[in-house]
Amino acid sequence: MTTTDGPHTVNRRKFIGYLLGGATVVAAADLGLFGRGATADAGELPTLPQPAEIADLSDLLTLAAAPTSQLITVTINDDGTASFELPRTEVGQGITTAAAMLIAEELDLPVDKVHVTLAPARPELLFNQITGGSNTIHAMYTPIRVAAAVAKGALLQAAATVLGDSANKLTSHLGHIVAPDGRRVDYGRLSALAAKEEPEAVEVQLKDEGSHGVVGTPVNRIDALDAVTGTKRFATDLDVADALPTMVCRAPTLNGTPNAVNNADEVRNMPGVTHVATIPTGVAVRAATFGQCIDAVRALDVSWKDGPVAGMSDEDALAGVRAAEAPVPELPAGETVSGDFTFWFRSNSAMDTNSAVADVRDGRAEIWASLKNPNVAQGRIAEAVGVPLNNVTVHVVQGGGSFGRRLFDEPAIEAARISHTMGVPVKLMWHRADDARVGRTHPLATSRIRASYSGDTVLGFQQAHTSVETDFRHGLGDIITAKAADLPAGLGNLPFAQVIFHLTTILPYDFGAVGQSLVETDTRFNTSSMRNIYSPDVRTANELIVDRLAQRMGTDPLEFRLSHLRNGRLRTALETAAEKAEWGKDLPEGVAQGIGVHVEYKGVTACIMEIDCRPETVNRKVRNAVTGPRVTKATMVIDCGRAINPRGVEAQMQGCVNDGIAMTLTSSLHLRDGHFQEASWDNYFYTRQWNTPPELDVVVLESTEPPGGVGEAGVAASAAAAACAYARATGTMPTEFPINHQTLSFEPKPYTPPVPQSPTDGLEHTY
Amino acid sequence: MPEQTFVVNGERVTVDVEDNVRVLWVLRDLLGVTGPKYGCGINVCKACTSHINGKAFNPCAVPVGDLSADDEVTTIEGLPAQAAEEARGDHGLHPMQEAWLERDVVQCGYCQPGQIMAAVALVRKVRDEGRTITDADLDGIRNICRCGTYTRIREAIRDGETRM
Repeated sequence: MTTTDGPHTVNRRKFIGYLLGGATVVAAADLGLFGRGATADAGELPTLPQPAEIADLSDLLTLAAAPTSQLITVTINDDGTASFELPRTEVGQGITTAAAMLIAEELDLPVDKVHVTLAPARPELLFNQITGGSNTIHAMYTPIRVAAAVAKGALLQAAATVLGDSANKLTSHLGHIVAPDGRRVDYGRLSALAAKEEPEAVEVQLKDEGSHGVVGTPVNRIDALDAVTGTKRFATDLDVADALPTMVCRAPTLNGTPNAVNNADEVRNMPGVTHVATIPTGVAVRAATFGQCIDAVRALDVSWKDGPVAGMSDEDALAGVRAAEAPVPELPAGETVSGDFTFWFRSNSAMDTNSAVADVRDGRAEIWASLKNPNVAQGRIAEAVGVPLNNVTVHVVQGGGSFGRRLFDEPAIEAARISHTMGVPVKLMWHRADDARVGRTHPLATSRIRASYSGDTVLGFQQAHTSVETDFRHGLGDIITAKAADLPAGLGNLPFAQVIFHLTTILPYDFGAVGQSLVETDTRFNTSSMRNIYSPDVRTANELIVDRLAQRMGTDPLEFRLSHLRNGRLRTALETAAEKAEWGKDLPEGVAQGIGVHVEYKGVTACIMEIDCRPETVNRKVRNAVTGPRVTKATMVIDCGRAINPRGVEAQMQGCVNDGIAMTLTSSLHLRDGHFQEASWDNYFYTRQWNTPPELDVVVLESTEPPGGVGEAGVAASAAAAACAYARATGTMPTEFPINHQTLSFEPKPYTPPVPQSPTDGLEHTY
Repeated sequence: MPEQTFVVNGERVTVDVEDNVRVLWVLRDLLGVTGPKYGCGINVCKACTSHINGKAFNPCAVPVGDLSADDEVTTIEGLPAQAAEEARGDHGLHPMQEAWLERDVVQCGYCQPGQIMAAVALVRKVRDEGRTITDADLDGIRNICRCGTYTRIREAIRDGETRM
């Protein structure tokens, strides 16, 4: 095995940045120099590099971001703190903390003296304000450091005047510039002295990454104190004058629309209710409390026009996908292994439901929402309410989770329409039932794999993935179309989903003639990516077939993988995981380990799960809960390149493990009669405490590769590991996911009224 | 409109609102106490978990008319004051909140006020039963976290138990 160093290993630390004019130090970075490179390992029967190894999704996002990176600025305040407006959205993934660490490192300032806020929609940033593809740190690693280094240089220059010494003799220490004789001056005092009247270009040298003292060390989240004291503000916590609670009554079929409201006056006279208004997606009510909104929504008598999937079940949707399947390509002659897998609809509903505050009056619109794509939202809001773009202000609020949801802007558009129609400010919150039933889903898909082998050599591996359309209309598509024409392998001619599929899909084994293809069909559902895009499904199917190949050849699953991997980083990760998880240890019948590995987001993950499928475990009882097989131990190893905050990386891997378990074992949506049945958390079985692994080990490998993404990186390996462990524990390869989809584990709530009433017996359940 | 009087975080409040409005909305929409979060409105996600007279409850499932003037509602905002001053930690917070910070449990943070309030009640409950937290107790926690912070929640609860 050899590793080819890419250009990112060149030690390039000198950059040009800018000092902008102003009353204090405002430093900007304009260079879009990013580490790029590919690794290729020699193997006995090499597979040609797949498109994602030449230029992956992260590369594209990074390239598209480069021309406007100069607008990233770090400001030194007169109290000695630094401020940075991050043109991305924090939804739990930890990017505000990572950004603060990068600035603290380069400025030599304690992390708690760096204030990171989220930038509002800034149209001048063009497409450099999308939070997606786990790309933030990869794209921002250099620009943020350059801006901070420029600021530091200005402080040193100003200190030279104050301290009467040449700047190169001065040093910094945690917010002070220090002279050789020990005299010191703090950043706050220097901030005004170092300010420039006119913009000025300066050359800076970044700190040697080997000397980093903050970056690479475990740091707690900068928003943790606010979160544990209840003062962290999400959209529905905002106190915007007169923005009263607002909810929408929705149709009993997915994406149905209102024909007529038969009792608007009656509802308008209900306690607390101020307004009732019809909008394209339903009937909105505004009241003094959300409880009164729920009452009003339940009381509304609306006649509806059916949505486009009225009457359909998910079996019908599956039949549509089956009909769109293309033949799996021919394989080299040999013995064959095959598998057909179904992945049902899964919900990416976050804890913080779709919500937005909107004030659209007098030709102006002001919106507050958690938006990962605020520039696109700004344009769409302008269009929706007929207000010029310049009069639309979009404030980006931290989100209580995203999982794909906040790439889209429907709550912001809806809130804007409602405020515009009612003529008053509104605080729109989707009821959980709406968020679960109408909110976006990971699309239903099938994956068919055929592999052929001779002796102990895999000759070919073909995968045909077919899916309900994955919606990328959130604007990512604009970047892709702008860059896709430059892509190798003829990708420029393929539609967005094809491009994204091929930019994120890597089979990391030397399996001879490898092919992976995507067909998408059926645009009637509300879909999106879900903490990762295609990979959890694609890799789960892959790894199950890998295990089957190993079994046919009489080889241990670990040995088989190690002898066919064509990625050195992944080999190290898998070997580490195997050692940590004690791969191959004696386990009782019905308990087994399984392996999943993955390459994406500029990094690699290897996961080993141990699952208990014994009847006493599977049939354990928890009130109103799905139990089933239990993953009793999970080991996740990640090489994400240089880890900015290993503690944050560990946290993301823990979350990814729980997502993977849910996707494989317990969580799906059931479409019946034109609507999803799941209406709340007692219907949708995301991993809970009774299903989470009691033992969960995460190893963050040391790496000198450029920093990659971590928020989604571990889901695919986790989902695959859970599936492979289940197959080995039960002796049966599962072919549909989650494995319990055919069992409906709850009694569906009514569709009319569309939201359930809150219970009144809470005082009987205290503890 | 009926007047509703009860105690929130040590302070007696009176609100004009109908009896059937659930306490969650009175707290959030009328009193501006936004620590308890909405996650379902039907007492299944537990994001709004708070305390009533020292016990965990879910204000989304209690009509405000059911509260009496002396009922004491404690939300995450009032939790630090529930710990004796000498029991509070480096940040002046309740020991369970301090454990949460120490373990860096939070990701998006939305469910965490409810998780912490549930954890405090759980520790009190098992202590009243003369025992300590078991794996089964942790498995039985119903508060959902969509970021999947369960491992650190379990660690923090055990840590917080020793601090409480």
